[in-house]
Amino acid sequence: MNKKLMIGNEAVARGIFEAGVKVVSSYPGTPSTEITEFASKYSEFYSEWAPNEKVALEVAAGASIAGARSFCGMKHVGLNVAADPLFTLSYTGVNGGLVIGVADDPGMHSSQNEQDSRNYAKAAKIPMLEPADSAECCEFTKLAYEISEKYDTPVLLRLTTRVAHSQSLVQLSEREERELLPYEKMPGKYIMAPAAARVKHPVVEQRTLDLAEYSDTSDVNRVEYYSKKIGIIASGAVYEYAKEVMGENASYLKIGMPFPLPKNKIKEFAANVDKLYVIEELDSFIEDYVKTLGIEVCGKDIFPVCGEIFADMIAEKLLGKKPEFEECDEEAPVRPPVLCPGCPHRGVFYILAKKKLYVSGDIGCYTLGGSAPLSALDTTICMGASVSALHGRNIARRGESEKKSVAVIGDSTFVHSGITGLIDIAYNGTNSTVLILDNSITGMTGHQNNPTNGLTIKNEPATAIDIPALCKAIGISHVQSVDPYDLKAFEKALDEALATEAPSVIIAKRPCALLKYVKAKPAYKVNPDKCKACKMCMKIGCTPISFVDGKAKIDDALCVGCGLCADVCPFGAIEE
Amino acid sequence: MKNILIVGVGGQGSLLASRIVGTVLMSQGLDVKISEVHGMSQRGGSVVTYIRADENKVCSPIIGFGGADMIISFELLEAMRWLPYLKKGGQIVVNDQRIDPMPVIMGAKEYPSDIPEKLAAKGAKVEVVDALTIATELGQPKAVNVVLLGKVAAESGMDKQLWLDALKMCVPAKFIDINLKAFELGYSK
Repeated sequence: MNKKLMIGNEAVARGIFEAGVKVVSSYPGTPSTEITEFASKYSEFYSEWAPNEKVALEVAAGASIAGARSFCGMKHVGLNVAADPLFTLSYTGVNGGLVIGVADDPGMHSSQNEQDSRNYAKAAKIPMLEPADSAECCEFTKLAYEISEKYDTPVLLRLTTRVAHSQSLVQLSEREERELLPYEKMPGKYIMAPAAARVKHPVVEQRTLDLAEYSDTSDVNRVEYYSKKIGIIASGAVYEYAKEVMGENASYLKIGMPFPLPKNKIKEFAANVDKLYVIEELDSFIEDYVKTLGIEVCGKDIFPVCGEIFADMIAEKLLGKKPEFEECDEEAPVRPPVLCPGCPHRGVFYILAKKKLYVSGDIGCYTLGGSAPLSALDTTICMGASVSALHGRNIARRGESEKKSVAVIGDSTFVHSGITGLIDIAYNGTNSTVLILDNSITGMTGHQNNPTNGLTIKNEPATAIDIPALCKAIGISHVQSVDPYDLKAFEKALDEALATEAPSVIIAKRPCALLKYVKAKPAYKVNPDKCKACKMCMKIGCTPISFVDGKAKIDDALCVGCGLCADVCPFGAIEE
Repeated sequence: MKNILIVGVGGQGSLLASRIVGTVLMSQGLDVKISEVHGMSQRGGSVVTYIRADENKVCSPIIGFGGADMIISFELLEAMRWLPYLKKGGQIVVNDQRIDPMPVIMGAKEYPSDIPEKLAAKGAKVEVVDALTIATELGQPKAVNVVLLGKVAAESGMDKQLWLDALKMCVPAKFIDINLKAFELGYSK
């Protein structure tokens, strides 16, 4: 059998394999992570986790210039980090094909904003392909390499969460092994100084015109005529939803290449249908273009800019149909994500909340420290911002502020973009305190190795960053390492760091409780005779602990025996 | 068309369950789409996986309100939360396990009582399985998902061998024996 059920991300990895790619460099980020995880399972080519998306894209660019087909994967906000090389790679073009996979997250299942990466394609003048299911994920990845090499351009491959994480059938083919293309020294192409860039910019403009013609003539944008009363222009998962709802009661222009868009196909399609809709998630990207062609179209006036679009919504807007269903009369209490039982971050946040410190937060599992009942965070902006924004706060407020504020950042995020912020703290000298919560893994994205844990993407030994030595080397003299399970030691280290008249770092080091090598201990038990129902144990926000019949109770199926609740119980009522 | 929702609490093993169900449906020659959840909500949040299969091509990987033939729920409250996705008179196979969400732990909300009865009162055909106890007695609490699938298989009317084959395809070899036992225990419940 050469058909396989795959999530979109696995299918992109399959396309990478089949296209004869030699180098993959990425940074994890939901919903894009599995592209590179699946890629790393192939032994025919090289894969790595880079420290951040900018580095990853530059690695892929270097490999492309060297003559190899290369790939770089990231989530939408990662593209912001990689934007600097992205815009100039548009000018240099490629040697071996270069494809950048970017996964947007409409509905923000696991993201801090809802940006629409199609705008990057337009702004950087780089063609973009957008598959609608796993079969297309594989097919479009291979097509992207052909376009990249034919038009001398990087190509963006845009997925959304529903495409990246939905399984459908993929037709498998063999890998086409490819020799490295010859490298020639070409200063006018690869040294993007002003004189060369002035020559290149018009080339890029002409390339976009050539690609627009490709967009108009290629099957990548596909017209399907059924009933012509309604015409729908859509792409990605939304095309599938529209097809589900309308079937043969509408015609479709399925956009597989959102930039550049196919002008003539759109005009012809619009002329052939009575009423034209553009249905697209996030920005009115296609709709705005259709309107510049002077075509009357219905889009964001009835569909939302924010969040996902679903089949039910299309049925209601286009057909006035509402689904029939039952629901219980009482409301189900919400179940937000929480720190896991045994999470080494929990004790840290318990202490920070107890001391009522200002906490400059960051992106990772520890963002959950901001949720009730811990409610320990003040800010979360982007990767690395905890450190630099704390420095900014302390410049603005100085003095007491420096003694009542900390930044918290994980090991992987620290390497991604926390180090530069810490250099600013050392260089420009605020008495800031930075807590590096080192759980020896990139956690929230599902356990990826990183430069701090001594393992490559293939779990082979690698050089591990010595975080304390690194902090000292950049000029932080006050560096302490503690086990966050030892609450007293952590609190003591924190008091010292806050009192120090110098920048300081505390590394709270303990592996993630979900790592396979971390063995759970037997569950703790509440002694009902000693429990005074003070509910202190409920303040740590640990899901195995509940309050039943006036006493605390620990669910032994969920408890992993970390003992934090026993440490915070003032009556010694929680026992091993 | 077959539309199935698998719901539960992040970390309960719904991804493996969805892959097994998907493999069974595919082995019947159907076109299959499955929509999974990764990332943040896997950290103890409410999670949902959509499975759709049909003789013809399946378009949307998502199931809407009133669209599911069956809901497989790993936890009681989650069955209640996702009820609106069930077709009127559809089937629910629910694990008899209560995991308190944070608002209940904090005392801001009460955990609803008598959930299976409330679901049945809304016309759903409800099967309750104490999968956690069965899996724990087997010495593998993580096999809750496969115990539950055993019950689903018995209810599905599909050839049992298809399920056993799918299990062997989806579960790593070193865990297959205990999972086959878990499946049989669920099947005969």
